[in-house]
Amino acid sequence: MKWETVIGLEIHVQLACKSKIFSSSSTKYGMSQNTQASLVDLGYPGVLPVLNQQAVIMAIKFGLAVDAEIAEKSIFARKNYFYPDLPKGYQISQYELPIVFNGSIEIPIDNNDMKTIRITRAHLEEDAGKSIHDKFDNATAVDLNRAGTPLLEIVSEPDLSSAEEASTYMQKIHQLVRYLKISDGNMQEGSFRCDANISLKPIGSSKLGTRAEIKNINSFRFVEKAIEYEIERQKDILEEGGSVTQETRLYDSDKNETRSMRSKEEANDYRYFPDPDLLPILVDKELIKEIKIDLPELFEQKVDRYIKDYSIKKADAIEIAKNIDIAEFYEAIISRFKGNPQQAANWFLSDLMGHIKKENISITDSIITPESSAELLQRIADNVVSASMTKIILKQLIETTDSVDEIIEAQGLRQISDIDQIEAIILEVLESYPDQREQYLSGKEQVLGFLIGQVMKKTSGKANPKIVNKILLEQIKK
Amino acid sequence: MDRFTLKKLINMISQREISSAELVSTYLDRIKKYDHSLNSFLTLNEESAREQSLIADKVIQAGNYSSLTGIPYASKDIFCTKGIRTTCASKMLENFIPPYDSTIIDRIKSSGAILMGKTNMDEFAMGSSNETSYFGPVQNPWNLERSPGGSSGGSAAAVASGIIPIALGTDTGGSIRQPAAFTGITGLKPTYGRCSRYGMIAFASSLDQAGLLALTAEDISIFLEVMSGFDPLDSTSVEQDVPKYSDLIDSSIEGRTVGIPKEFFNDSLDSESQKLLDQGIAIYEKLGAKIIEISLPNIGYSVPTYYVVASAECSSNLARYDGIRYGYRDDDIEDLDDLYRTNRQIGFGDEVKRRIMTGTYVLSAGYYDAYYLKAQKVRQLISNDFEEAFKKVDLIVGPTTQSPAFKIGEKIDDPVSMYMNDIYTISSNLAGLPALSHPIGLIDNLPIGMQLIAPHFEESRLLNFCNLFQQETDYHMQQPQAFLDVRH
Repeated sequence: MKWETVIGLEIHVQLACKSKIFSSSSTKYGMSQNTQASLVDLGYPGVLPVLNQQAVIMAIKFGLAVDAEIAEKSIFARKNYFYPDLPKGYQISQYELPIVFNGSIEIPIDNNDMKTIRITRAHLEEDAGKSIHDKFDNATAVDLNRAGTPLLEIVSEPDLSSAEEASTYMQKIHQLVRYLKISDGNMQEGSFRCDANISLKPIGSSKLGTRAEIKNINSFRFVEKAIEYEIERQKDILEEGGSVTQETRLYDSDKNETRSMRSKEEANDYRYFPDPDLLPILVDKELIKEIKIDLPELFEQKVDRYIKDYSIKKADAIEIAKNIDIAEFYEAIISRFKGNPQQAANWFLSDLMGHIKKENISITDSIITPESSAELLQRIADNVVSASMTKIILKQLIETTDSVDEIIEAQGLRQISDIDQIEAIILEVLESYPDQREQYLSGKEQVLGFLIGQVMKKTSGKANPKIVNKILLEQIKK
Repeated sequence: MDRFTLKKLINMISQREISSAELVSTYLDRIKKYDHSLNSFLTLNEESAREQSLIADKVIQAGNYSSLTGIPYASKDIFCTKGIRTTCASKMLENFIPPYDSTIIDRIKSSGAILMGKTNMDEFAMGSSNETSYFGPVQNPWNLERSPGGSSGGSAAAVASGIIPIALGTDTGGSIRQPAAFTGITGLKPTYGRCSRYGMIAFASSLDQAGLLALTAEDISIFLEVMSGFDPLDSTSVEQDVPKYSDLIDSSIEGRTVGIPKEFFNDSLDSESQKLLDQGIAIYEKLGAKIIEISLPNIGYSVPTYYVVASAECSSNLARYDGIRYGYRDDDIEDLDDLYRTNRQIGFGDEVKRRIMTGTYVLSAGYYDAYYLKAQKVRQLISNDFEEAFKKVDLIVGPTTQSPAFKIGEKIDDPVSMYMNDIYTISSNLAGLPALSHPIGLIDNLPIGMQLIAPHFEESRLLNFCNLFQQETDYHMQQPQAFLDVRH
């Protein structure tokens, strides 16, 4: 039998709020244990949650960007279960009335086609703390720094039909939340992770199969691998005539397999009910309008603008716009650089991105700034240095604190454009290579390159190639 | 030894007839000397109170003081007090010392009043007799075999006996008004959202409201001004100006309409109480009010509705007590399940566990719609009844309780009969309305209260009516004889 894969993703996005969703503690990552937890986060007797309005605005931004409806009234509910890293014994989340619903997003699939993935809902909730099981013998430690961190949970319809599509969708959402600046999207720190619901059904069947949910996947690669593994596992079960158990599974990236965590029967009854400590979130049309006006340019618009305004190649535009940090860096260069944006893109994508990838750093962490990049490109465009010097200058920029101009001066890289000086060198070269001159004059024009090379060698590459070319052609015929 | 009103103490201080240090000392002596027969205090704040009184006297001498500077008060042991043990009368929090002050305690502190101690109560405010306290029941100063009511029983007994002039209470279903009625004092539950709940240990978040127990409406009005108002730390507190209640209590009520709900006067009310209520209503008539009969058709569903909603909320609110970060923690724990089971089994008393179980049940899958959701709908109907009634009347008047204080031990093994105690008081919690109980006389030397209910944020109307009543009568000045006998 042929099987069709049905996948839905629940993506948990940590919102880029400075403070937690219901308390004023900082959300800063990597601080020492339990130092970012206030009495509210610790679930002390008598304390009450107060909603961080920033989180609401971020959720609305997301909703508008995926053409979703924004609920005029949405409410917080309590999800009740006992666990030591859940201090109140319940998680504040949204259940029946989420703030964002009925959205959709387009993802690229094969043959340049696009596919629409429907977004059921996106709701606000607080994160739990962290249980640490391996630090103490016979005891579990709890770190509540993460407790109360604002999350947006984005739930898709089961519209994804392959591991690859799931990964593409996840990347698309990642790109979007980064563009909207509502999340840093840092996957190592857990700011962006997903649960995948996977089931198989016979091709053409309208009835969905039993699904398994894989929890807490925190990389694009793992989501693909976990789903691929899960598809094979379910296929094997179904083809042997068995049935898939509805359960929660964990993906083990070391072994590349999924393992059962708990079955439906063992699942909690969360006893959701509206949280009486919090008022409904009321969103008026004015606020939505304001947020809409402030929405930033998104990926597709950026690519179009690059092609139209900068006249750069489409492939380059896509490559640059893929990541908002890179796009903004490039735009910051262009705003300073009075030259050809394509030339800037060429250098940016090959030399600068080459350096970033080699160092495995984020472009915003690089010592190279848009200012120094623009300066370098400008000196080339203005013929102050020749293009062949860019690698030397970039290396110096990375290794020293000198500016582009300081490097050019200190290393004597300034291009020689003085006609008399160049002419003198050319005459010297022609005198040294009379045979080659004869060859040229008898019609073997390729030999010109050799002669130019000799001129450049004598000037350590600093001679202006255009001038060299012009004078050499004049002198060779004399 | 006299029972002083707050107003009287304020005058004595401002006339320099007594210093704060003397006042604090007097009340500390009273508590230490007489409270053993009442069990109304769980923790005394002696050292700090004495220190504060010395500071208060300096402030008073300097002339730069407010009306409450140096005045002693007590708090129900449900309000978190920084550095002072806050138990909620539970073994779970027997040794819990909060690292912060609740907003109300903080506001009262800023007014200059001095916290003398924390009063006994039903465990986590769950109970109507003060018998569910882990630290033992409180005795009613009118008759030491009787319950002072609950859950704010300690605050009520302390005020009624004169060992404290005024005390904080909380009211989720009648926990201020019923004890006030049983001990012959005045008790106010303000509008839901009038006073901050921040730092008030939650029982049922949508019903809990802080309030006051005192001898007179005037005393309550003075304290309420200080306590009330929006708190950014409590999203359910309301941003609305706080009137100067004490300036509004003398207005005439001539021509005001008082509604008597016919559903409140049925067989469950005893005939003696009925008689006193009629007399009380007649006094309001004499003061110029127009009395009309009204109907609150859904009021009969109040008790079951309340026990579904309150239990549901408490089952979730009390989930945080696991002994991990604070609270009772057993030494002998095997694993995680055992940690929850043992700490909560031993840390909570029977009534608390009964309500957690009820609440867990009504919220569970398959029962939610039939219980919780249905109760919320009925709650809305009850609110609508009041809304309709307040189109016709300015105030609603009725009984606070069915009968005077019952005996300790009489109802503790019959939860349903105990729950029925709150039959008249619960509906104003469900509708979030302000309500007050004031004394209207004695039956067999036991006090009876009358309940006034006003529209949202009309505390001033309740206090105004009650104050005129108390100027006309002296039921509120009748003192508990039994307690005096024991003292002498």
